[in-house]
Amino acid sequence: MIWVDTVIQGILLGGLYALFASGLSLVFGIMRLVNLAHGDLIVMGAYLILVLVTILGLSPFLAALIAMPVMFCLGWVLQKFLLNRTLGDDILPPLLVTFGLSIALQNALLETFSADSQRLPTSALTTASVQAGPVSLGVMPLLTFGSAILVIVALNQLFYRTELGRAFRATSDDPTTASLMGIKPANIFATATGIAFVIVTIAALYLGLRANFDPNIGPARLIYAFQAVIIGGLGSLWGTLLGGVIIGVAQTLGAAINPEWQILAGHFAFLLVLLVRPRGLFPRAND
Amino acid sequence: MAPLQTPLLKTNGLVAYYGDFQALFGVDIELDVDETVAIIGANGAGKTTLMRSIAGILRNAATSVSFDGRPIGAQPADEIMTQGVAMVPEGRRLFPSLSVEENLLIGTYGRKSRGYWTLDTVYDLFPILRERRNNPGTALSGGQQQMVAIGRALMSNPRVLLCDEISLGLAPVVIKDIYKAVPAIKAAGASLIVVEQDIAQAMAFADRVYCMMEGRVTLSGTPDTLSRNDIHDAYFGASQ
Repeated sequence: MIWVDTVIQGILLGGLYALFASGLSLVFGIMRLVNLAHGDLIVMGAYLILVLVTILGLSPFLAALIAMPVMFCLGWVLQKFLLNRTLGDDILPPLLVTFGLSIALQNALLETFSADSQRLPTSALTTASVQAGPVSLGVMPLLTFGSAILVIVALNQLFYRTELGRAFRATSDDPTTASLMGIKPANIFATATGIAFVIVTIAALYLGLRANFDPNIGPARLIYAFQAVIIGGLGSLWGTLLGGVIIGVAQTLGAAINPEWQILAGHFAFLLVLLVRPRGLFPRAND
Repeated sequence: MAPLQTPLLKTNGLVAYYGDFQALFGVDIELDVDETVAIIGANGAGKTTLMRSIAGILRNAATSVSFDGRPIGAQPADEIMTQGVAMVPEGRRLFPSLSVEENLLIGTYGRKSRGYWTLDTVYDLFPILRERRNNPGTALSGGQQQMVAIGRALMSNPRVLLCDEISLGLAPVVIKDIYKAVPAIKAAGASLIVVEQDIAQAMAFADRVYCMMEGRVTLSGTPDTLSRNDIHDAYFGASQ
């Protein structure tokens, strides 16, 4: 029974990694931009929620709700005035700029909040659990996983059911022809990054509720997010969820065997999938 | 033979470059309201560059293109399109991630379309598209894809429709089908600039013809005033 429990906890952990990864997947899917500062942006989001909680005395969930529009605007401005300038045939400029952004963010957070590790204040909810047969499930991991599914369903609805989603797909296919349709590619890209930042805020909320964070943990979150995106196949959102689950299960299984193996087991699972399916499990046809 | 009213669309000494390569050397063309103009010329004459310059994909000096008396030469493509100049680009350029219907709907992005053209009227113009509405745009035959590309441009109810090589690579019977749509397009209030390689086709439907060679207009006039020899010379540059 311990194995069933371990696998289920792993699946739920995968929800967190899928949340880390969805924003990355969205931005890459639409503008082929790999944002190396993604992990640090999640950490920044967690600090923003912490500040709102501390100053306004709000619950973390309410604080995250307020942080979302703020983060949307930040993402919009970042894309419109910085990242759009790096887009082009050459893939190096966006990598260099977001790498620089990552370092700048880490140092700015360190300067502002010190290296002490922080945590969003816990309530009864964070330690509550429900009994499902022989397995005991934490309410927080369940909420995380549910949020991941909600985010992916919402993104799919946005992509395939709305006018904005059509514009996202058209601009991703061919920005020049999209502009002939009256679309401003620069604004479409800015909106996409804004939405990615809203997802970053959701990821930041669960990161801060479930574990400690400090200014230096961003790059490791980026690695998990990357692995989830690559395992799932670039640009596939459901694939990203599955990728997150595979990493989560591998990590908890590894930890169950020997706590030292937790992170390593996740990396092994990633390499194994790449060995068998180099383009991920659900690659898009035209990449 | 200058028209009395201001032309709807006009280029004014239009020059265009690709990097260091100059593709247009002072092109002057005019399009009046309700007129259909054909642009003919050999490959590399600058026809597509002219279209891309008018549509705003290539940016130019503000006064080098004017629409409705306003200088639009320096505006980006999206602003030119929202003012009423739509383009059917060379090679159709459908969006592979979008279905036929979504490809049509993207033509009205961010605006309430006012005018004759809606999904229904476009489907009436090209009934085969109604049957294929849920297919990916790129799963259609070349002629059907061209119909989608034309329909997509019409969905914005443009006042000027730029058609770049709409018969390129299509069978003659399919070309006939596509040109059958021209009267309906004109009746709905669009003036047309059509780039066409087929001289006979151009002479048959155009009110006026411009012939281009090496980035310049070498001949212009109404089809009945142009002899085959004039056109031959303007086309190939073999004068005398």
